[in-house]
Amino acid sequence: MRFVDEYRDAEKAHHLAASIAALCEPGRQYKFMEVCGGHTHTIYKHGIEDYLPEAVSLVHGPGCPVCVMPMGRVDDAIHIASQPNVIMTSFGDMMRVPGGNGSFFDAKAAGADIRMVYSPLDALKIAERNPERRVVFMGIGFETTAPSTAMTVLRAKAAGITNFSVFCNHVTILPAIKAILDSPDLRLDGFLGPGHVSTVIGCRPYEFITRDYRKPLVVAGFEPLDILQSVHMLLAQLAEGRSEVENQYGRVVPWDGNTRALQVINETMEPRPYFEWRGLGFISHSALRMKDAYADFDAERIFDIPGGRVADPKACQCGEVLKGVLKPWECKVFGTACTPETPIGTCMVSSEGACAAYYNFGRFTRERVKEATR
Amino acid sequence: MCLAIPGEIVEFVPDRPGLAKVEVSGVRRAVNIGLLEGEGLAAGDWVLIHVGFALSRIDEAEAKATLTMLEGIGAAYDEEIDALRESRID
Repeated sequence: MRFVDEYRDAEKAHHLAASIAALCEPGRQYKFMEVCGGHTHTIYKHGIEDYLPEAVSLVHGPGCPVCVMPMGRVDDAIHIASQPNVIMTSFGDMMRVPGGNGSFFDAKAAGADIRMVYSPLDALKIAERNPERRVVFMGIGFETTAPSTAMTVLRAKAAGITNFSVFCNHVTILPAIKAILDSPDLRLDGFLGPGHVSTVIGCRPYEFITRDYRKPLVVAGFEPLDILQSVHMLLAQLAEGRSEVENQYGRVVPWDGNTRALQVINETMEPRPYFEWRGLGFISHSALRMKDAYADFDAERIFDIPGGRVADPKACQCGEVLKGVLKPWECKVFGTACTPETPIGTCMVSSEGACAAYYNFGRFTRERVKEATR
Repeated sequence: MCLAIPGEIVEFVPDRPGLAKVEVSGVRRAVNIGLLEGEGLAAGDWVLIHVGFALSRIDEAEAKATLTMLEGIGAAYDEEIDALRESRID
């Protein structure tokens, strides 16, 4: 096992891989979904799948916020950015995401004032410095990122800044997991729970998965060893007939999450009745919008957005990849028409996307492993 | 923006109780610590930072291990640090 040289604790990894194999019931196949894009990245970067026993496969989930952004919302954002006097601000990851009429980069090249920021607080700063302009922050991300947007809105309100608003596209992970569990396409045996989302929401909200669906879930860290240990914990639960929420990443994730972060989300935002996820379709209560009390900071109410739905390109199979039905390389356009330079689908845009992670690392690791084991 | 990166608190910002200066891979910037209110943060503590906000407190060993891993992932981490370098939170 060449790859363990890169591990912090090679001996532990050897030992884990062996006990993972020992826990597998002969003749049984195991499918675990890693919900978070960060995990997908680690798995491909370190070629973890290729070293797990044949009986265990890892399936990539919908936990990349850029990847799940539907094309219609990108078009809406570009519409806002094209209004008079507007400065649109966005995380860099969002810039290349294609909508029906191009990406932020395309709109910027065509003259829209779109600026990359590291933090929503940087967007607020741009608003303070440009009082005559209308500054909009493109809010994207799961529960990990929503508190930052919420804190920034609270700060804007407290400081009396009136030319700042948020185009809120924050999504929540639990309804997406539920949609996948209810989907007939895929039979899963358990989940690797998202590490950083859980820092905010804690471990309790996953209990419906273990109780109602009887699937074990282990909140996992991001190092190769964390992933292996979490797979081991899932297999141990199955072997003992348990389905529980366990926290492998306790050194970072408190069982009850970050209550202050949840509080600021609840103060400023509320669930939308439904939201479209790229490839997964409309999912009830799966995203957040600004509360009425913060209407003055809600770009959706300030600007008249088209709100249209745009179908994904026919050739694109991001939906199947996001649900874990297809592996990236099984998509018809993977690596040919769709590459990180010219992405058709969102999974190829973000470095956390399953397709980009596989394109950049996975396929090379697989080749190396094949050679090493030849 | 998908990454959460460890930073060491080097000092607090006078008159701005919600901010602290942190150092991440040699880059020193202010981040918001409002989400860790009441945790009694002190200089020398390590926090996990996401888009300009400290999200959780971590120990030094965890921080160093995470940094080693992040430095190993290449482009995505370099982009994150470049973005942080551009940040002007105050």
